[in-house]
Amino acid sequence: MSEYTTVFGRLDNYNKGGVEIINDDPKNYVFSNMFEVASRAKPWQKIAVAKNQQYVLEAIRAEGTSEWRVTPHDEFALVVDGDVVIELLDPATPLVESTESGSRAVVGQPEGTPMGTVYAGHGHMTLLPAGRCYRMSAEKPSVVLLQTIQGPDTIERWADICQKF
Amino acid sequence: MTTEQETLGAEPNEFGYRPFTLGGFTFERDEYFVHVEWPTGRHVAAIEPFLKALMRDVAWNFFYGTVNFDSVIGTLNHYGNVDLFAGRFNEAYRQAELDHSENFEHDDIKGTFQAMLNDWVNEEFDPFASPQETGSAYGVKNGQNLSAVSRDRVTAIRMVGLPGDQPLRSDESGYPVNRMFADVGQGEPRVEVTPGYEAEVSSFNFFSYLSRSDVTWNPSVVSVCRDSLMCPTTEEFILPIIHGNDRVEWFIQLSDEIVWEVEDRDTGRPRAKVVMKAGDCAAMPADIRHQGYSPKRSMLLVWENNSAELPGMIARGEAPTVPVKF
Repeated sequence: MSEYTTVFGRLDNYNKGGVEIINDDPKNYVFSNMFEVASRAKPWQKIAVAKNQQYVLEAIRAEGTSEWRVTPHDEFALVVDGDVVIELLDPATPLVESTESGSRAVVGQPEGTPMGTVYAGHGHMTLLPAGRCYRMSAEKPSVVLLQTIQGPDTIERWADICQKF
Repeated sequence: MTTEQETLGAEPNEFGYRPFTLGGFTFERDEYFVHVEWPTGRHVAAIEPFLKALMRDVAWNFFYGTVNFDSVIGTLNHYGNVDLFAGRFNEAYRQAELDHSENFEHDDIKGTFQAMLNDWVNEEFDPFASPQETGSAYGVKNGQNLSAVSRDRVTAIRMVGLPGDQPLRSDESGYPVNRMFADVGQGEPRVEVTPGYEAEVSSFNFFSYLSRSDVTWNPSVVSVCRDSLMCPTTEEFILPIIHGNDRVEWFIQLSDEIVWEVEDRDTGRPRAKVVMKAGDCAAMPADIRHQGYSPKRSMLLVWENNSAELPGMIARGEAPTVPVKF
């Protein structure tokens, strides 16, 4: 009986595929690799690796401790490499309007009630609830894929990260 | 509107299978093939891939855009009503004016397709399973597999695992780890919750959840951010349909490898081959159709924008067919 090995990508160990063109422009496929993107990013930069109108998926290099952020809508953090601790906080007063899009940085330590802590490892998805604050930390460089909406801190650098030829 | 007789099918033929009618289309099966006829032509196809495609079309409620069963037969979703077509997205059929299309109310075509699955899928065949995990689709009528053909897409309201939302998968709930994902870690995250916040502090093992999927090529909603839907799926062998996009769709390869053959949506002319390995991210433009090949069972994150406005905006030229320009 065969034994199978499931191949996941890692920050320090990934293989990249690509677009083989027959009659098209490779830019149309906006092809990148999230581990390559994170390997070239600064800690906690929110770099879009997928975009569909206002919605984005961001690759985040988790390393050290992030700032506190507040999100106006649900976000979802999928740890695709490493281990990430996520602290959640219910702010004492609303810090963001529910009609806004994308998370905002919070200056300093927000006041409020600690909601809990998630110790997320490889493949774990965590809800970052609407209207709440969160802060992430990682002892070793890790990678988070974040489902969110484009916000003021979303970085778009498609020409740098995508296949062009 | 279809009649009850059409939905249920007529009397069984010599192989034990009922024929079905939808408007000007007729469908019959024998031991090996489905035979489709319409006013301007006819088509024959192997029954196994046909049933696999039919299963996805029904389970997905006709999905986003076009579900091509093969290069001739398929459906086009108008979200409330559905076109059943022959040759509509086949350049040669169009030029020869042999193509044909009819529109049906969603519930009518779905009812007939479901009845077809109920009657044509034999006891030992599971159209959602990979080839090595199911019996044969071929032969004379041999029972039914109603539990297999009645499965729908799993659709979380907010996130899998939250109270009142879609449950996690486990051995106990009937979802053992798939043979090709035996090495996937099954540990759940440690979650410390302040009392009163149990409905918001939540995390689960997304990869474990996927490793326990009992179906292939069946994107299911796991998390929802307004119209942004994460729809991961496990893939093995060949996508049984050729999906024609009516909006941009994204693929994020989470494990292993899939090769996508990409063609022009309307003509079927080849445009590209996209090789995706773990960590790769690629858009499928809104004017293409694609079919994937996965040598080993793999984890694919299909990411959709569920906005009802998008197909019309793209069709009218108000939104581009590609997600970004650079």
